[in-house]
Amino acid sequence: MSISHTLLGLLETGPRHGYDLKRAFDEKFGHDRQLHYGQVYSTMSRLLKNGLVEVEGVEPGEGPERKRYAITEAGVTDVHTWLSTPEKPEPYLQSTLYTKLVLALLTGRDGAALLDIQRAEHLRMMRELTRRKTHGDLADQLICDHALFHLEADLRWLETAAARLDKLAGQVSA
Amino acid sequence: MTSLPTPPAPSHPTAALLSAQGLRKTYGTTTALDGADFSIGAGEVVAVMGPSGSGKSTLLHCLAGIVPPDSGRVTYQGRDISTLSDAQRSALRRGDFGFVFQFGQLVPELTCLENAALPLRLAGAGRKEAEARAKEWLERLEVEDVRHHRPGQVSGGQGQRVAVARALAGGPRVVFADEPTGALDSLNGERVMRLLTETARASQTAVVLVTHESRVAAYSDREIVVRDGRARDMNPMAAAL
Amino acid sequence: MTDRRRVRGWARDLAMGARFAFSGRQGRVRTALTALGVALGVAMLLLAASVPHALSERDARTDARGGLLVDAGVEHSSDRSLLVADANTSYHDKELHARMLQAEGSHPVTPPGVDRFPRPGEMVVSPALKELLASQDGAELTKRFDHRVVGTIGKEGLSGPAELSAYLGTDELTPGATGVRLERFGISQDRPPMDPVLLMLGAVACVVLLTPVAVFVATATRFGGERRDRRLAALRLVGADAAMTRRIAAGESLAGAVLGVVLGAVLFALGRQGADEVSLFDASAFPSDVVPDPALGALVVLGVPAVAVAVSVFALRGVTIEPLGVLRESRPVSRRLWWRLVPPAVGLLLLLPLAGALRGDSGQVSETRVVSGALLLLSGVALLLPWLVGRLVNGLRGGTLSWQLAVRRLQLGGGTAVRAVSGITIAVAGAIALQMLFAGAEELSTRPTGQERTDARRITVGGGYRLSPAEAEQRTRKLRNIEGVASVSGYLEASQPIAGMTEAEQKYATVIVGDCARLRGLAALPSCHDGQVFRATAPERKGSGPPPRAGTALEVTGPGGKGATKWTVPASARTVRAKHPGWSDLPVEALLVTPSAAPVERFDVSYTGWIQLREDDPDVVEKVRTALYRDDPVAGIMQMHETETSKDFLALRRAVFAAATGVLALIGASMILSQIEQLRERRRQLAVLVAFGTRRRTLGASVLWQTAVPVALGLLLASGIGLGLGWALMRVIGRPVREWTVFWPMAGVGAGVIAVVTLLSMPVLWRLMRPDGLRTE
Repeated sequence: MSISHTLLGLLETGPRHGYDLKRAFDEKFGHDRQLHYGQVYSTMSRLLKNGLVEVEGVEPGEGPERKRYAITEAGVTDVHTWLSTPEKPEPYLQSTLYTKLVLALLTGRDGAALLDIQRAEHLRMMRELTRRKTHGDLADQLICDHALFHLEADLRWLETAAARLDKLAGQVSA
Repeated sequence: MTSLPTPPAPSHPTAALLSAQGLRKTYGTTTALDGADFSIGAGEVVAVMGPSGSGKSTLLHCLAGIVPPDSGRVTYQGRDISTLSDAQRSALRRGDFGFVFQFGQLVPELTCLENAALPLRLAGAGRKEAEARAKEWLERLEVEDVRHHRPGQVSGGQGQRVAVARALAGGPRVVFADEPTGALDSLNGERVMRLLTETARASQTAVVLVTHESRVAAYSDREIVVRDGRARDMNPMAAAL
Repeated sequence: MTDRRRVRGWARDLAMGARFAFSGRQGRVRTALTALGVALGVAMLLLAASVPHALSERDARTDARGGLLVDAGVEHSSDRSLLVADANTSYHDKELHARMLQAEGSHPVTPPGVDRFPRPGEMVVSPALKELLASQDGAELTKRFDHRVVGTIGKEGLSGPAELSAYLGTDELTPGATGVRLERFGISQDRPPMDPVLLMLGAVACVVLLTPVAVFVATATRFGGERRDRRLAALRLVGADAAMTRRIAAGESLAGAVLGVVLGAVLFALGRQGADEVSLFDASAFPSDVVPDPALGALVVLGVPAVAVAVSVFALRGVTIEPLGVLRESRPVSRRLWWRLVPPAVGLLLLLPLAGALRGDSGQVSETRVVSGALLLLSGVALLLPWLVGRLVNGLRGGTLSWQLAVRRLQLGGGTAVRAVSGITIAVAGAIALQMLFAGAEELSTRPTGQERTDARRITVGGGYRLSPAEAEQRTRKLRNIEGVASVSGYLEASQPIAGMTEAEQKYATVIVGDCARLRGLAALPSCHDGQVFRATAPERKGSGPPPRAGTALEVTGPGGKGATKWTVPASARTVRAKHPGWSDLPVEALLVTPSAAPVERFDVSYTGWIQLREDDPDVVEKVRTALYRDDPVAGIMQMHETETSKDFLALRRAVFAAATGVLALIGASMILSQIEQLRERRRQLAVLVAFGTRRRTLGASVLWQTAVPVALGLLLASGIGLGLGWALMRVIGRPVREWTVFWPMAGVGAGVIAVVTLLSMPVLWRLMRPDGLRTE
């Protein structure tokens, strides 16, 4: 899962302080692991260096640096490319797929299209595995079947998510 | 709202054997099909996917000329079949199409061999000739040993393979398969799918495969997704990105 | 305690079955079909059960208005007395009951159903006659009845609602001569016992007509069996045992049957209201006459549900309902032959020893025995047909696709198809036997009329009792003036006893009175003048006997039969050769008398007219009737027929054909229902075959074959058994079978019904051939 793309995507909804970014991330995606402040600042400095974000202003006050970040044009393009590229189908992909789906919905993009793209990619992989399986020996068959069953589970998840997209969109933007 | 790039209209102008344009079909107040545009090339295996009740079967029925759509066109080999008469569509189904359904498709009174010979006999072949050719197909589908049994006396997998043999025996250009493995366990289902797609590819027969199972759809070359009555060709998606 | 629990268990299972009968659309449709079938049968059976009451009511009413023949005892006129004369006539093959009434005092009794005594020139008519007189069809009849209508005859004075009846007021009757004096209407008489042959015919007819109805009811309760079996299997899965499923099935049938009985009773009640609108073969009944006999009615109302339960339980004997499905024994319930042959064989054994029992006029047979014999023999059709179909169909192979589909279907599930046609085959077998029996009985019930041949253009007119020669001449002229009449020969004819013979050996001489011109038409007269007598003989005509010789005395009594005198054939009577008169193929042997040669007024003369029509035109016949009726209502007219048939026999035949029409219609309806039911069960099959591009023609032909094969075999079997039953019954009445081909028309009708049924079920087939059947349930 790409933290930099996720933070970039969050910034696309509006400029935020580093602290806000961490809180938004934790709230939406950090179910099993919360983000450290350090990760946020190091990621931001890398994005600043690449010109994907800019500092909109520094608020005076005590404590740590209070910079306010905003996404640049290049940053938006980067997020778009990321969301449009299907993930390589592999086991335990859900968290990435979920993140992408939520971000797409957060940024007003078409969640269904994202799922369709991913589904097509999954099926492409499944076709390949099926082909390998039908021409392979028993070992190949069993290995391919294992992968196929996992991919099938992902696909089912995609179907389920697609069926509940409207509900999810409502919750995410709330 | 900004949107991800949606797939452009599908284009298979050169190789299209069967294509749908703007198909719509309503049963009573229920809209079963609300727009379908795509093409299928000769020898292609195409999966029609979607949740149950999404209109997959209606799409298949329209494509096969079993039910005429309320609006839109189904073009087969350049002919708009929705304008054909019932008798002409029946003749088309006898001659050019084959069918496999989920269950209850074999005539219970006829033996498996007689069932498989049915399309050939419908097309006018004599009994002996039809049964000889049907027997070859039963061999290819690995069910020749039950040919003298009645459908009630064979297993589900054997019955489906007899049905596949029957669908292919007439030498169709397109086989329509509606959840052909729906009543089978995964091993039997995969066997049926393997034999169906292998034999269809070998004889350059296109297959329209309606299924809600991705592992069954994985036997296809590409898929069409039906959601809420709308059918979309997913194939050109990757190219568009 | 255990008993009570068992009863409760039974009640629970039956109730559960009944609930299934009304649950779900499919269930309700099935129950509705069963109920409709049972209802048709029940209505029919209730109608049959009403026949005895309808007949006795009708007899009671005709007895109550009778009395013409019993004038004995009323010697003197009184304030209440009246004179009555028969004035029956007929109009275009319809009998018309009419009486002339003449009051002798101021308070004459009136016939039943008549409120107002008709004065001369007035008449009281039945509603049917009133309607006929008012219609275009009755134009000719109004000339016959030119009286003023002053009232209608009520129900209690009519045999049936369609009866044509009239009471005509007159003042021309004379007591003892033209009128009979009465002081009350009504006779109580013992009806002569019915001819035993007719009685047997009636009994056999009941069997023949009601057996198919029973079979039909049994078939109707089995509609939708396959679906029900699947549901029962599901019940086994959740823990019902075999006995429970049986009881649930019984409850389901019971619900349909009870609903059917209720519906049938309603149908019967509605049909009964319409009874007076229907007049089948001249028989009609008032709605209030159509009341089922209490015992028979109870038998129908209780028996039909009982049969329904028995049939559904019996039908399950070949089926093992397992939790995971239904096993039909692949070799269904003993298709062995021997036990199927037992009932018909016993039937035949019951009938054969009765051979000759009813030969001639006398003899008695047990109706019970005849009925059971016929019943058992007919049951052979239903028993042997499944065996025959199974045997023959299993050997069939190949053929066209539609043939293959049909044959395979019959091989696997022939039972349903066979059951569907067994009703009609039994009906056909019975009808064939009945037809043969009627042909035989007709010979017995038919008398020769003495006429040489049948020719509708020739009419004989009788009556004109004691007309004078001049009046006879006038009548002949009147008849000749009718348009459409080619020629008329009128004579006064008498049959006088030859004097001096004992009662035992009394002979009669035929005397014909006419002027020379008339008599020349009957014999070659060398010369003729008034006052001469001739003996016309025809030696080639054996049997009738030559006229008496000269010198023979004839008894000639005047009116009233008192003061007998004699008239002697004069010595001058010449023997002449009788010739063919224009109206007969045979010469007439008689004494030919010119009017002044004898005291003609003391002869018992009556008028005989021979009328030749230009063409066979019933309207002209009616005109002739009208012309006569005005001066002589009692005059009879008949068209030339060699034979005439007993009225009882004709009435019975009418009733049987009326009933047979009903039974055929019923069976046709039942077959349509069961055909539709069968098609519905194969809905998905049909849809798949349609998806494959199967032609309608192929499926239609396969449905036709599927019915036609059992029907063809069934008709074959029915013809065999029907001829056998007919033959056995003909032996009982001691007649040889003349016509072995009587089965053709009946078999033809049977085949026709099947064709119509198949045709009518086609729209349903087309409808089911829509792809809706493919949609998963």
